[in-house]
Amino acid sequence: MNRILIVALAGGCAMVLAGCGEQPTVTVYKQGQYQGKPDTQPWNNAQFKNDRASWENKIKARTESQNEYARASN
Amino acid sequence: MARMKFLCDAERCIECNGCVTACKQEHEVPWGVNRRRVVTLNDGLPGEKSISVACMHCSDAPCMAVCPVDCFYKTSEGVVLHDKDLCIGCGYCFYACPFGAPQFPQDGAFGLRGKMDKCTFCAGGPEADNSAAEFKKYGRNRLAEGKLPACAEMCSTKALLGGDSDVIADIYRNRVLKRGKGAEVWGWGTAYGKPEKGAAPPTGAKS
Repeated sequence: MNRILIVALAGGCAMVLAGCGEQPTVTVYKQGQYQGKPDTQPWNNAQFKNDRASWENKIKARTESQNEYARASN
Repeated sequence: MARMKFLCDAERCIECNGCVTACKQEHEVPWGVNRRRVVTLNDGLPGEKSISVACMHCSDAPCMAVCPVDCFYKTSEGVVLHDKDLCIGCGYCFYACPFGAPQFPQDGAFGLRGKMDKCTFCAGGPEADNSAAEFKKYGRNRLAEGKLPACAEMCSTKALLGGDSDVIADIYRNRVLKRGKGAEVWGWGTAYGKPEKGAAPPTGAKS
C-alpha cells in the first residue's frame, strides 16, 4: 500500500514539476533549411485556376514578345 | 519551364533609368531603397557601358548560404525570395551578394537597419498571392498575373531581358549574330556559373 502511495506521489510530483518547465520561446533554426512560411505556386490562383500549362504559355508568350526581331517579321 | 533569369545587354542600355523607375513605381519601394540600379562603367569616356543591376536570382545564391535565420527560399522557377517576417536585418546577405542586391531601409535619425528588401523578380513573397500583405512587404506579384518583371517589360531598348532563360538566351544569341558584336553577358558567369543549389523547398510551395 505504501509503495503504491510513494509511486503515486512521485508521479504526481513529476507531473507538477513538469508544469513548471519553461518552453523555448524562440524559433529553433535548422541549418540550411528555409524556416519561413510556405508559398504558393504562381498558377495556383483564381486567374489560372491551378492550370500550370496555361500560366507557362502566357509567360512564354510574354518572354518571346521581348524579341523585336520576331515582332518585326510578323 | 527552365529557370527565370535576367539578362542585360550592355550594347543596348542607354542609361535611361526606365527600369529603375518602373520598379520603384510598380512596388511602391520606399525612399532609400533601389531594388534595381543602372551602373555606368567608364562614365564620360568613349565606349562607356551601362548595365542595369538587381538581384540576379543566382543558381547558387550566396545570400541563401550566409543567412543566419534561413529566411531565403527558391521557387520552382528559380526565383530567390525571402520571408521578411523572419529577417533580422543582420546585413550578411548584403556583404555576400556580388551584385549589391539586398537593400536595407534607413528609417529614423540613426539609420536603423530594417528588414532586408530586394528584387523579387516581381514574384511577391510567401504571403497570399496579390494580397494587401504581400504588396506591402514585397510589392506586386506580376508573375502570378502571368506577367514578367516590370523592369524588363518596360525597357525601351530591350536591353534588359527577363524570363525563361532558354528563351532570353535565344533572343540574345540571335541579336549578337545579327549585329556581330557584344556577346559578353555581364554577370551571368557570377550568377549562373555554379550548379543549381538552394534551400529545401517549402512544403506545398513555389519551390
